[in-house]
This record gives sequence, structure tokens and C-alpha cells, in this order.
Amino acid sequence: MSSSTTNTTTISTAGPPSRRNTELVMLVFAVIIPVFAYANAGLALSDEMPSGMLSYGLGLGLLAGVGHLVVRKFAPYADPLLLPIATLLNGLGLVLIWRLDQSRRLAQRAKDAGMAFAPSAPNQLIYSALGVALFVGVLILLKDHRILQRYTYISMVVALILLILPMFFPARFGARIWITLGSFSIQPGEFAKIIIAVFFSGYLMVKRDALALASRRFMGLYLPRGRDLGPILVVWGMSILILVFETDLGTSLLFFGLFVVMLYVATERTSWIVFGLLMSAAGAVGVATFEPHVQSRVDAWLQPFEVAKNGGSDQIAQALMAFGSGGVFGTGLGQGNSDLIGFAANSDFILATVGEELGLAGTMGLLLLYGLIVERGVRTALAARDPFGKLLAIGLSAAFAIQVFVVAGGVMGLIPLTGMTMPFIAQGGSSVIANWALVAILIKVSDTARRPAPAPAPTTDAEMTQVVRP
Amino acid sequence: MNKPLRRIAIFCGLLVLALLVRDNWLQYVQADELKNRDGNHRVLIARYSQPRGNIIVDGQPITGSAETNGIDFKYKRTYKDGPMWAPVTGFASQAYGANQIENIEDGILTGNDDRLFFNRTIDMITGKKQKGGDVITTLNRKAQEAAFKGLGDKKGAVAALDPRTGKILALASTPSYDPSKISGATSKDKEAWLGLQPKKDKDDPMLNRALRQTYPPGSTFKVVTAAAALENGKYTDIDAPTESPVPWKLPLSTQNLPNEGNIPCKNASLRQALRYSCNTVFGKLGDDLGKEKMREQAEKFGFNETVDTPVRAYASVYPEDMDRPGNAMSAIGQFDNRATPLQMAMIASAVANDGKLMKPYMIDSLRAPNLNTIEQTDPEQMSQPLSSENAQKLQSMMETVVKEGTGTSAQIPGVTVGGKTGTAQHGVANSKNPYAWFISYAKGHDGSPVAVAVVIEGSNTLRGDIAGGKLAAPIAKNVMKAVLETERAK
Repeated sequence: MSSSTTNTTTISTAGPPSRRNTELVMLVFAVIIPVFAYANAGLALSDEMPSGMLSYGLGLGLLAGVGHLVVRKFAPYADPLLLPIATLLNGLGLVLIWRLDQSRRLAQRAKDAGMAFAPSAPNQLIYSALGVALFVGVLILLKDHRILQRYTYISMVVALILLILPMFFPARFGARIWITLGSFSIQPGEFAKIIIAVFFSGYLMVKRDALALASRRFMGLYLPRGRDLGPILVVWGMSILILVFETDLGTSLLFFGLFVVMLYVATERTSWIVFGLLMSAAGAVGVATFEPHVQSRVDAWLQPFEVAKNGGSDQIAQALMAFGSGGVFGTGLGQGNSDLIGFAANSDFILATVGEELGLAGTMGLLLLYGLIVERGVRTALAARDPFGKLLAIGLSAAFAIQVFVVAGGVMGLIPLTGMTMPFIAQGGSSVIANWALVAILIKVSDTARRPAPAPAPTTDAEMTQVVRP
Repeated sequence: MNKPLRRIAIFCGLLVLALLVRDNWLQYVQADELKNRDGNHRVLIARYSQPRGNIIVDGQPITGSAETNGIDFKYKRTYKDGPMWAPVTGFASQAYGANQIENIEDGILTGNDDRLFFNRTIDMITGKKQKGGDVITTLNRKAQEAAFKGLGDKKGAVAALDPRTGKILALASTPSYDPSKISGATSKDKEAWLGLQPKKDKDDPMLNRALRQTYPPGSTFKVVTAAAALENGKYTDIDAPTESPVPWKLPLSTQNLPNEGNIPCKNASLRQALRYSCNTVFGKLGDDLGKEKMREQAEKFGFNETVDTPVRAYASVYPEDMDRPGNAMSAIGQFDNRATPLQMAMIASAVANDGKLMKPYMIDSLRAPNLNTIEQTDPEQMSQPLSSENAQKLQSMMETVVKEGTGTSAQIPGVTVGGKTGTAQHGVANSKNPYAWFISYAKGHDGSPVAVAVVIEGSNTLRGDIAGGKLAAPIAKNVMKAVLETERAK
């Protein structure tokens, strides 16, 4: 990152390659790999090719194909990696969920608990189709991402409603993160992260100068004015409220982290990060001391095996043992015993199945795929030419990165478990649909960013290389 | 805005890096520990995913595997003559883990042992299922049958050794249990398991009495006392009279140490004292030698130390801190010293093997699925509790016991047998049933092929020192006979 010229290549006027064909080749791989994985899992589980092989391959291929055609038509200059990676992750997720559907152990446990055991993979396929439909819808209907600026305050209201609503619905598995309508339930948090990013981008774009410049220096830090602290305190309070009333550690962490990141990017003031960290630490410690749910999570993180031994939840211990039993190369799809984790094996804990059946190699590959999505998002933010687009892209990427970190870290015992879902691979409709929308917005921003400039405009960026023309 | 953007990019990179590092820590550094830790159900799932290798006695398996159609486990362990062999095999249960040989040699029996890596690889390439290896034991079926049948419905244990090598020939414990009944994971197995727990069954059928129960050794301990006297040069001639007054008062006490009945113990020679089992003579001997020398001698025979056969036998005890009367009582096996049946068999075997004590072991070799031997146990000497000269003197004394003393019921026609009876009182003021003991050895044409120790929780009717001879000696005799027959057949 030393020279700035490397980053300006995407903004050159010479009509960059649109890279759509690269995307197509990648997509072919992104469809073939899950299909092979499906065959692999089927052979391991029942010594024969799974019956849905052809329809699955065609279905995934169709989704990818439709996505690709729409991108070709409506976002021709978009980043070529986002769609293939999302397709690959979604396809692998479907295979993993299908594989866990075949688990006799989970079926037996459900029976013992007096519950019906329904396969999740067909539903997940429908959700994926809905996700791709939303992706297509966003690409077609959202002519330009800057239109979203108009909805700054509306999105604030919507986000608040989405986040507060679950408080009035019954808790499930110790967290109130659901809105239940009959047999149908959605996790509003997944959608809220996108809407919040839109709101922050719009709000900070307007307020960035006030926040950055109106400040006093104190001990080398720029202290913001009291009146500018208002919005921060509101968001901080929101996170704490979510934590207390919905006992959803992950979501509150995600929103607060997102806010701090975007503030820092908008104002370029390190002092905001210091404030953010201090406040999140204060909030976390404050809540953890009197919130039993959070406390038990921290205990389960510090001593997973003792908690399991003393009759507590053994999920973390089981997940760690799944990772360890997978070793470097894994047992192979369909040959592990990650279903010992019990319920949530295919949602919050799906990474443990990856760990056991695909091993260290597969898990690292998967984490790097997530890393790539984030990296492409950050690239998009760097390349974007309008502050709103920059903020939106970095916000969405950071939200994605924090979510992956919080979930994977929780399942691997790096941080306390927070109960969010692995984007794209975990079972859960809200998560898949919301993340397809997120990718759609990133693609839209990157399309605008990489589109050949109508005329070389002098940029305001301090880091731009000055070209002196004779 | 690009500078903070780059910093955020680095921050996101660090998040992913942290995950990658943690992943390597879990799946590479800690992988083995997590894989094999207690509570990881996969260990059991793997253990029963294929037929287990077998535990073998006299070339015949005493275990097997039956196919079940459980969710977790494909196969279940079965046992032939389970109750008889339980003290040897231990159990391998889907629900309750495994113990003894089933646990110690689990790697071989499942085929996961590193030494079977080559076999596993070949099997993998040729597409065969993984197979387990076998454990070849040193036990002798006929001797085990004689021991188990002899104990019958009485409570007790038998341990028999080959004094020349230390091979364990018989290891019986009653009441026993059938490991087949708890080898599954069904509710029936659970019921059986709960029924076997000491809380439910006061007889504790799962206790391996031959290795893991210490009893007061009673008069059989006089062999150790006699050995100490000879080794320390207290007496060299076993037929010379000893300085042993009758009655003999316990030191520092007003109590007399009584003899069983009216037996000629006044200044009796060592041979006569052992023949009649004189408490006064051996009590005084222990007192004269002092507790240090007594303990040293006991420890040479293996007291105060566990023995891994490889199933661990608990340490027999000769305490360090005893007062003088306690030490004198210990010399006749009636105080705080306690011994396992295996320990008493080791004493007899050391005497029979001219003073050389061989380390007891029950696994002769480990065999790969392709019948190659992976590991062969070689006999090793554990200690030399007696010089061979003194051992022969002691043999002569013990043979007198069987010929014309308290152990006549262990006589085998045409065979030289040496032994010692014992009856250990226990319970407050001798309130509980005494333990009847008998330790003995038989001599063949080259050295002694068998030494045996039998302990039985006696009945109320037989309280005297005859109990050992009456109850335990016949069992020892049958075990010895069984071994001698197999010796002759070789």
C-alpha cells in the first residue's frame, strides 16, 4: 500500500476491461465445486450418488447464471469476484446443510426431544433463490447507489424499528432476535445492518466536517464537541439496550463496531476509535456484571469443558472437539461426527462441520474466501469516487468482516459465543437473503467506481499523483 | 478518506488473520489433545465402528464382536465366559468406556495404534475396512476354570503365576460380572450397569479382587517373616530350636499373643513353627528383627509398590509407622499390613523360584491383524528377596506344611508341593467372617511351573487356622493340577 498509483488503476480513463468473462469462468468453478462436494458427501453417506445431484447442479447453475446475466447487463463494470465467491459459499453451505440433514443422530435427538425433524436444505435452497432474486432486484431497481442518500432518515427509523421489534416477541434459545409471524420468523438484525450502514453513510457524509473539525485538542487527541457526541451516545445506548433486552451480544457488537469504523473513516480522527473502544469496553463490562446470560456465555468461553462437565451447554466443547478431530485434512464430507453438537449444528455452529469434515485446509480456505469478499469491498471503497459510496462500501465490508469474526471466533472459542450466523453458509433465511442484498449493493458501488470516467476530473484527493501535462 | 480506509482494511485483515491463527492452533497444535480427550464421543464411535481385535487365551479368543444397528455404534463387544474372564479382560462398553486390557490395549484392538500404521495404509489402499490386532495373554484356560469353579459362589480371589517367568496363569475374582451385559448403550445395559455399582450391589462384582483388593494376609505372611529371619541371619538352621517362650507377651503390652489351640510352639524350630503356624514364634521373630528389617523384606517381595501387569495391581501395604506390638502383630499378618492375592502369589513364586522374583505380567504379545507379532513381552526379574540357599530352606519348610502340617489338603500325589495356610481375622474384635488364605507352589521336573494364592471370605463355622487349609487349599490344589497337566502336555 505504499504508492498510491496502485489504487488509481481502477479509475483510469482508458476504459478498463469490464472483467465480466473472468467472472463467468469463476462462476463455472463456483458451481462445479459445490456439485462435486455434494457428490462427495452423498457417496460418503450412502455409497451412491445423491438423487438430487442433477437438479441441484442445475439449480445452482441457474441462480449463478441469472445473477451473472443481470450483472452483465446492469453493472457491467462491477468487481468480478464478489458474485462467484458468494455463489460458492452459498453452494457449499447448501451441501453442508444437506449433509447434516442426513444425520441419523440429529433425527434421533429430535425424536427424543419430541420434536419433528425436518430437512433444512430444501428450504435453504428456496431462501437462496429468494436471495438471488433480491440481488437481481437491487441491481435492476437501484440505478445508482447514491439514490440511497435520500433515504437517510427513513432508514434510521426503519432500522430502529427493526431492532426494537424483537423485544416484543418471545425469546428463542435465550435471545430475542426474532420477529415471529405465525410459523414464519425473521431475524431483523441481518437486514438492519445494511439499513444502518445506509443511514450512517448519509448522516456522516453531511456531518463529517462538524465532527472532524469542531474539536479541541487535549493530550494529543482531538476531543469532539459535546453536541457532536449526541449521535454517538444514542448509538451506544442502542447497542447496550439491544444487549440488555434482547441479550444479543453479537448484534450490539456489530452495530457499535460498524459505527466506530464509519466515524473514523468519515472524520479521519483517531480519537473516535479511542472513544469507541472505551465506551464499548465500559458497556460490555457494565452489562456483563449484571446480565446472567452474558456471564454464562463468558464462562462457557473461558472453560468450555468444565461448563460441559457440570451440566451446562456442551456446544462449545463439542465444537472445539469437532475442530480438533478434523485435524489438518479433515475427515471428508459426510464422514465426521459434527452432528454431536446437536441442534444449531447447521446454523450457528456450521463452521464446526467445515472444521471437522474439511479440516484445517478447508476451514482456512473458507476464511480466506470471506477475507476476499471483505478485501473486494474495501477495494471498492477505495475506488469509489463519492464520499457516500466510500462510506457505504466500507461500512458494508466492515460489517461483514466483524460478523464473520464474531461468529467464527465464537465457534472456535477465540471470543465468547454470540449467536450470529456465518454469512451465506449457515442455515437461515434472513441471513442468506440479507447477505445477497449486501453483495448486490457492493457490486453496484463497484460498478459505479470502476466505470470509465466521463471526463478526467481533477480529484480532491490529497494522495492523487499530480500529472503535469506539457 | 483513503488513509483511514487503508487502516480499516488492515484491521479487517487482522481480524481474518486472528481467525486463521486460532484455526491453526485448534486444528494443528491442539488437534491430538482435542481428538483423544475424555468426553470426545468420537473415540467411542471409532472404537466400535469395526469389529474389535480379540483377547486370546491358549490360542482361542475369549472375546468377540457382534453387529448392532445403533446410530453411533456399528459393533458391540461380546465375551465368552464373561464372568470367568472379567478380571482379565475388563469391559469395553459403548456407554461406559473401557477398563483393564480392553482400555490399555485399545490402540491395538481398534487398529489405531501407531505400530499398525502400515497395516492401516495397506487396508486403505486396497479399500478394506480397518482391522484391529489381537492381544495374546499368558493365561491358562484350565487353571482359570479350576480357580473360577473352585471359588464358586463364595467371595474371594485367586492369582496364579509361573514363578520362572512371572506369567500370570490364572486371575479369578468372585462374585464376578458379565461384561457382555454392559457392553452396549441401550437402557438394558444401563440397568445392568447401575445394578453392578457398589451402591446397588454390596458385593461389588466389578471389583477385581485379585489385583485391586488388599486383605490382611494372616498367617501366610509368616513366610515373609521366616524369610526375613533367614536373610538377616537371625537363624540359619531351620531345624534348630528358636528362643520362643510360650506364652509370649506382646511388647509394651500386658496382652499375650495366643496360639491357635494347643500346639507345640515352645522354642520350636522354624520348620515346626511354620508347620503348626505358631503365632508366638513368628510374633517374637518380627519383634526381634524390628519393623525396619521387616518392612525391607516385605518391600523386596513387592510390598508398598504398584505392579503394572499391564493392568495396575494396587500396592500391598507394610506401613512405616507402627509401634512395637503392631509390628509383632504384623509379622503374623494380623495388623495393618495388607496384601493383594497377586502379592501373596508373588511371595510363593519368589520362594519357589529359588529366591528370584519375576515381574508378573499377563500380556504375552501383541499381534497385528496379519498375525505378525508387534510386541513380545520378555520376562524380567523384579528383585531377589532371598538368596537361593535361603529360598531352598524356606521351600523345605513350606513343603513340610503341606506334607504334615496345616496344608495337607493341597497334596498332589507324586508332586512336590509347598504352601502355607492363613486365616485373617477382620472386623472390630473379630466380628466379621475371617479370610481364609492359602499360598502354595508345585514343583515340576525343571523348576516350579506354578505358584498360587487363594483368598476366600470364610464362613462363621470355620474360625480357626484350619480355615485356610479347609477352604482355600483345595482350590489352590486344583489350579496347580491344571497347570501341571498342561506342562506335561507340552
